[in-house]
Formats: sequence, structure tokens, C-alpha cells
Amino acid sequence: MKYTLNVNGTSRTVDVAPDTPMLWVLRDHLDLVGTKFGCGVGQCGACTIHINGEATRSCMTPVSTVGRKKITTIEGLAADAAKLTPLQQVWCDSDVAQCGYCQAGQIMQAASFLKDNPKPADDEIDGAMAGNLCRCGTYLRIRAAIKQAAAMPAGKEAAQ
Amino acid sequence: MSTSSTTLTGPVNRRDFLKLTGLAGGGLALAFYIRGGGDAAAAETAASGDFKPNAFIRITPAGAVTIVSKQPEMGQGVKTSLPMIIAEQLEVPWKEISIEQGDFDDKLYGNQGAGGSNSTPNNYDNFHLVGATARTMLVQAAAQTWGVPVSECRAEKAAVLHSSGKTLKYGQLVAKAATLPVPAKEAVVLKQPKDFKLLGTRVPQFDSKKIVTGQSLFGIDVKLPGMLYAVYEKCPAFGGKVVSANLDQIKTLPGVKHAFIIEGNGKVKELVPGVAIVADSTWAAFSARKQLKVTWDEGKVAGESWDTFVAQARGKAAQPGGRTLRKDGDPDAALAGAVKTVQAEYLYPFISHANLEPQNTTAHWKNGVMELWSPTQIPTIGAGLVTKVLGIPADKIKLHINRAGGGFGRRIGADYLIEAAAIAHKLDVPVKLTWSREDDLRHDQYRPGGIHFLKGGVDAKGKVVAWKNHFFTFGEGGNPGSGGSLSPDEFPGRWIANYQAEQTMFETGWPMGPWRAPGSCVFAWVIHSFIDELAHAGGRDPLELRLELLGDKDDMPAGGGGGAKGKGPAAGYNVARMRNVLKFAAEKAGWGKKKFAKGQGAGIAFHFSHRGYFAQIAEVTVSKDGQLKVDRFISGCDIGAQVVNLSGAENQVEGSVVDGLGTLMTQEINIERGRAVQSNFTDYPLIRITDAPTKIETHFLKTNYPTTGLGEPALPPVAPAVCNAIFAATGKRVRQMPLSRTDLRWA
Repeated sequence: MKYTLNVNGTSRTVDVAPDTPMLWVLRDHLDLVGTKFGCGVGQCGACTIHINGEATRSCMTPVSTVGRKKITTIEGLAADAAKLTPLQQVWCDSDVAQCGYCQAGQIMQAASFLKDNPKPADDEIDGAMAGNLCRCGTYLRIRAAIKQAAAMPAGKEAAQ
Repeated sequence: MSTSSTTLTGPVNRRDFLKLTGLAGGGLALAFYIRGGGDAAAAETAASGDFKPNAFIRITPAGAVTIVSKQPEMGQGVKTSLPMIIAEQLEVPWKEISIEQGDFDDKLYGNQGAGGSNSTPNNYDNFHLVGATARTMLVQAAAQTWGVPVSECRAEKAAVLHSSGKTLKYGQLVAKAATLPVPAKEAVVLKQPKDFKLLGTRVPQFDSKKIVTGQSLFGIDVKLPGMLYAVYEKCPAFGGKVVSANLDQIKTLPGVKHAFIIEGNGKVKELVPGVAIVADSTWAAFSARKQLKVTWDEGKVAGESWDTFVAQARGKAAQPGGRTLRKDGDPDAALAGAVKTVQAEYLYPFISHANLEPQNTTAHWKNGVMELWSPTQIPTIGAGLVTKVLGIPADKIKLHINRAGGGFGRRIGADYLIEAAAIAHKLDVPVKLTWSREDDLRHDQYRPGGIHFLKGGVDAKGKVVAWKNHFFTFGEGGNPGSGGSLSPDEFPGRWIANYQAEQTMFETGWPMGPWRAPGSCVFAWVIHSFIDELAHAGGRDPLELRLELLGDKDDMPAGGGGGAKGKGPAAGYNVARMRNVLKFAAEKAGWGKKKFAKGQGAGIAFHFSHRGYFAQIAEVTVSKDGQLKVDRFISGCDIGAQVVNLSGAENQVEGSVVDGLGTLMTQEINIERGRAVQSNFTDYPLIRITDAPTKIETHFLKTNYPTTGLGEPALPPVAPAVCNAIFAATGKRVRQMPLSRTDLRWA
């Protein structure tokens, strides 16, 4: 089946089976490999993308359900591809990652969360991020980075 | 998160002094890093126009500096920290350096394995020399250009400065430097620690920007023109053989290009038999696999279950062990004469590594060459398997090392690599093999479980006078799995006059492999939990009893006593370092000074492994309904004289704390009839942010010993520190992992 998708502001057409998860459409067919495969059952959050701005597990989202909704991946999170969002910049500066495999999903989750909740309390951060596993155990740095991004003057912008 | 560094002036013997300053003992000659020997530096430069004094450094005439990182990166941070050493000596600002991952080429680079926390200690001295040698040549080039003595010149910020104020940038010196012979190491002056500007600072990982923007980095991200996508179905029972499969039907499914059986080589940790499905996309391969029907010959492994072995161990606990590892004094008489005795069974299950990036490798068999892209920890193992199983000689194997989405010892095994190679060997196009999460949890090379039956005794003053341990472990062919051997020298062997350790091994066909701090990751929990039991039995403070146990001697030599000759990670124990780091951690935590309410408490533990001395303290709250929260976790760390990258070092310790806690809390692979019961994060839960400690404090104690690694040694004392804190808070002793099997409710 042919599907025309709106990915990172660009119209992209793929020819795939209707039940193909967006995860594999992005990775195998659109060469956007920042969205990661971790479990395939929505348990780890490594595959998190935004669909109409909402954090969504792409491994559980068949391409046939997406239509013309606006898809944003980690590659398209920054409106200007040459720059990082403040949230991404904080992630770099505070050296959050170890292996880095989960971090795109963590950032996509955090960005969506901060947009709805620009000044979160600690337990709200934990609640929002509880679906994203980090096997290396960088959770304290993730917490700190989200708080730091939220505390920035352009806190709301950080989520964009 | 906070960090402090304290200088401890300890005795420095001559041997250590030389290691720190002069690279006198051992160390590879620099020429080793130059292909074809000493003259190759000039030859390679002539061809490219760049200055390449060795395999690790490349400077272009425009001044661009590239450092090659030879060790695999899997989150332990070596792609940043090890080049920092070269950059420090080379005198090039960090922001001007780019770093490339080196391909597998052990003839050029030497050892490229990442494991055993060895990357830092194995490379530290050589990388200082690598950077300093190149800098020396650039200074010589400038001095010759100006016709002045070398002594009037110095290097700074990628340039050479003359005392007159003249300056030449490194790029301007490339052509001249390339004509100079590589100096002998005796002619190279190393920059001294007091002058370090980069080492010891916090440097974000070099690949941070690629990570936060989702650029292709990992093995699973590899894509080649014309590439196909493979899955590989193995028998649920470890090592089972394929009898038949509905290959004809599978080949008719959408996107499927090939389906075939692979025989395997009869080794459960090498090429395991299975069915390969190769399709035009990952999802087509995954979808076709759902239709696959295989008849298996499960073999005798199908008769082996964890519960049965545990029951057998309990039946044999009081009988003599299969081997006596160590016997000092008369433990039975000492137990009979003890004022108080404690008897306990400690049990931990098999667990998986659960790297978040599922195992994968891309392979291309073309013109008699096997080219591979793999997230591997020890490339020589994978390349060796390709030779052994497929008969492809070493010089016909090209292996690219990809960033690995977690290592933890799993990617020391190369089963997934040889599977990809075996599949590609039957095709003429590149093929990427991707394991599902279910493949990963059901076909790991697991950390072996174990059961310890302990007896200990204390005298009227609470001093430990007797210790007996009958340890049941698992292995094959008479050899315990990785981490399944208790060393005769494992603490507190050698320290207690009446001590006995016995080991009985169950034969199984289960795949086992190294898991972060093999052996130590569980032995520290057993030993320091039981020491805590003895402390409470004798009415002693847990810190104070540990200091008494360690005693006044500064060194504990390997071996000795009545057991087998000591070897392994605990041999050659510097007691002074352990004592000092234990006191240091206790001071940072304020041990004994805090008053805890019921349901709150602190626990302490220490461990020496992978050349590092670690003492840790947990402060916890256990709610009345049994929910654990780690409020504060303090680590005292002695990894020698120099923390390389402070940010990376802290990250390793913080991650070890979370990993140690998570493993304790939830992880368990139950093996029934030779197969893993768990299959995904639904039934194999990993720790989440909600259970991570509120606060982690990491303190490095600087000592005058060689710099050592951090991937592993911070993990072993975590679980016992937490469990001892749980006891202090609730009076409940945790003797079984995972914690979810112990009822922590209190009233």
C-alpha cells in the first residue's frame, strides 16, 4: 500500500504493508534511524515520536492509522536543523548520555511533556518519564536536564 | 549529584612511582602503532599530505586534528576519555579535535577489547606517550624552521611558540614534522599532572550532538545499498537443533527473499542452529517469522530447570562440597566455640544483560571477503569465530566497530555476529540481522545464578571467629560459567583465621557469560550482607566491624593459607587503600551521626574489583507497605591518581548505582526445561526513573596509584549497601534476589 506521510514538515511517500509500525517505516524506508527499536511492545520508549505534538510509541503505531497527521522525529525536533533546541543543548552540556541509545526517545518524551507542563515538579517529571527505560541508569541526569531546561527563561521554547 | 576530590598522601613505592611518571615498566614501543615500522610515518605523510606520526593522530596542513579511538564505545565513555589523554599531551584544545572510531585492526592498534574495566589502565600510559611524541616532533619541526634550540620552544593551543614571541601553528608545521624520525620514548618529555588542563575536567561525550539529534551511530543503524534484512529463529531450549521447518510456505510471504536452515557448530555460545528468514525490510522479516513453524530436537537441556537445581542444592548443602577452595584453621571447632552463630542461605537468579539496543550485525560476503559492521565489545572474538566456523582467514575479514547501545559484558559474546556472517555467507548481498527483544532475553549468555549456604560465628566481643560457605554454581564441562567461580582469595578469605569455602557445580547446557563485574556483582552482596548479619549478632556497628575485619596490615598477598593458590580479581589486595576509602565514604556520608526514624536507615558495604577500591553507603526509606526508596547514595571511589574525564567518571558511578539497585529490585531469568521463561520488559522489568535514587553523591579519593577503570568496580557494593540499609530500617534481612520476592512490609 502507498502512504503519503507528513514527516518533519516534508511530504514522504512509502509503499509498505498497512500493519507496518511507524518505527520501521522511519528506520528502513525513510532512513530516519534516530527513532530506536528497543522492545516492540511499547515498554521502553526508545521509539518515541510526536504525532500532532503528542509523544507516541512508534513501534505500536501502524502506518495505516497515521494519515496526514504531523509526525515529528528526533531528526526534526529542532525547527532549524543546523541548531539544537534548548532541551537538546542542555542534554549535551550536562552530558546526560552513556550509550545514548534511549536518549532520542527520552528527549522526545521530555519535549512533549514540557510543552504541556513547562514548570514541572520532580514527581511530575518522574511520572512523565516513567515509560522510558535507560539501561545505563542516567535517570538522575535526565531529571536534572529536564529541570534545567524548564528553568530556562525560554522554558516553553525548550520544548519546541 | 556532587563530587569532591581529596588528596591522600600515601606511601609511594618505586614501582608505582615509575608507573605514574616514567612509563618505565613495559609499555608498547610507539613504533608498534605505525604500520610497517619506523619509516612508515614519513611514507604515509607523503601520500596524504597530513602528519601521521602514529595510528592515532592525524594533522592536516590546514590544522585539522583527528584522533582515532581504537576501543569500542558502548556507553563507558572511552571514545571521549582516552582521546583526552592524547589531546592533553598533544597540546591541542579539545574543541578543535575530531574523533574517529578505528576499525578492527589489532596488528595496528594492539588490543581493541572493551571489557574488565581495562581500557583505561591498558592504554593510559601509552596514550600519554602517543600524544607527547607527536608534540615533540612538532616542536622539533618549529625549532628547525627557526634555527633555534628546542629548549627555547614550547607547545600551546595547537601551536609552537618561541621565547622571542614567534609562533607557528601545527598545520604550518605538518610538512616539516612529517620528515622527522619518530623519537625514542626516552627523548620524549611528558607533560606532568600538575600542568594538566584537560584531564580531570568535565567533558561531555564527543558524540553528544549526534546522540541528541538521532544521527546514525549504532550497529542497528547501519544501512548499505541493496541490503536485505534478516531474522533468525532459534530453539527455545538452549542449543536445540532444527528437525524441519515450513520453509516453502515462508518463501511465499510478502517481502521474503530467502529462508533456510543453519546447522550450527554445536556450541551454545557460538553458532546456534536456527532458521534464517531474509526479507526486503525488517518488518517483512518479523511478520514472516510469525508464520514460521519449526520442529525442534531440544536435546537433554530440556530436562534442566532452575527450581530443580535449587532443591538439589538445599539437599546437598550440609554435605561436603565438590571442591574445597580454601580451608584455614578449624572452622567447625571455631563455630562450636562461638558465642553466637548465624546460618543463612543467600540466593540470586540468572539474569540477562538486556542491552537496550537488541543484538545485531550487518554482514556482506563478497569476492572472498567477509565485511562486518557490529556493536561488539571484543572484535577479536567475533573475527575469530568467523574464521573458526566459516573457515574465512583473518586477512579476509573486515570488521567495523559500531557504537553499542549498552555492553555490560553481553557483547563480549559474538553469537549474533557469527549468525549474521553465516547468513550472509549464503548470499551475495549485504544483510542486517536484527534480534527481537524476545530473542535477546531468551538467548542471552546469562549471568549465572548461585546459592550460598553460610555459617558464621562471633566471640563475646562480637569479633568474627569463623566463616563457612558452601557455594553452588553452574557451568559446563566442569567449568563454571563466567563469574561463577568463587576465588579462594575472595574477601574475607585470608582475613578470618577459621575460614572455609567450598564450591559445588551443576552441569547444564545453559549459555552463560560475563555480566558487569562478573562474580563480584553477586559475591559482594552475599559477603557484605552476611558480614552485616554477624555485626548485628555481635552487637557491633557495621562500619566498625568491617574496619576490625580488614585489620592493620597494609597489604594482603595473594594465596597463602590452606587453600588453593590465590588468583583472580581479588588477589593482591591493598588493605590500606580499602580501609582509607571506607573511612572516606563513611565521613562523606556522616555515618553514625544521623538519627533515623523507624522505616529509615543506612547500610554500608565495600568491594575491591577491577583494580578499584569502592565503599558505598545507602540511606533508604521503606514505607509500611513495603515500598523501597533510596533517598541518598554515597560512593567513595579509589581508582588511583587521575580521574580522566570527571563527567564520564561520575556518570559511570551513578549508572552503576542505578544498575546495582535495579538488578537487586527486579531482575530474574527463570529457566524451566532448558529455556528462559521471561521474554520482554513486560515480564523482565528494568528499573525506571521512579525507582532511581533521589540523590547520588560520588566522591573520588585521589591516591598515588596508577589510574584504573570505572565500568565495573562501582557496582558490586550497591546491592549489599541497600539491603543492609533495608535491615537497619525494617529489621528485615534480604537473602534472595530479586527484592520483589521479599516482603518488606512492617508495622
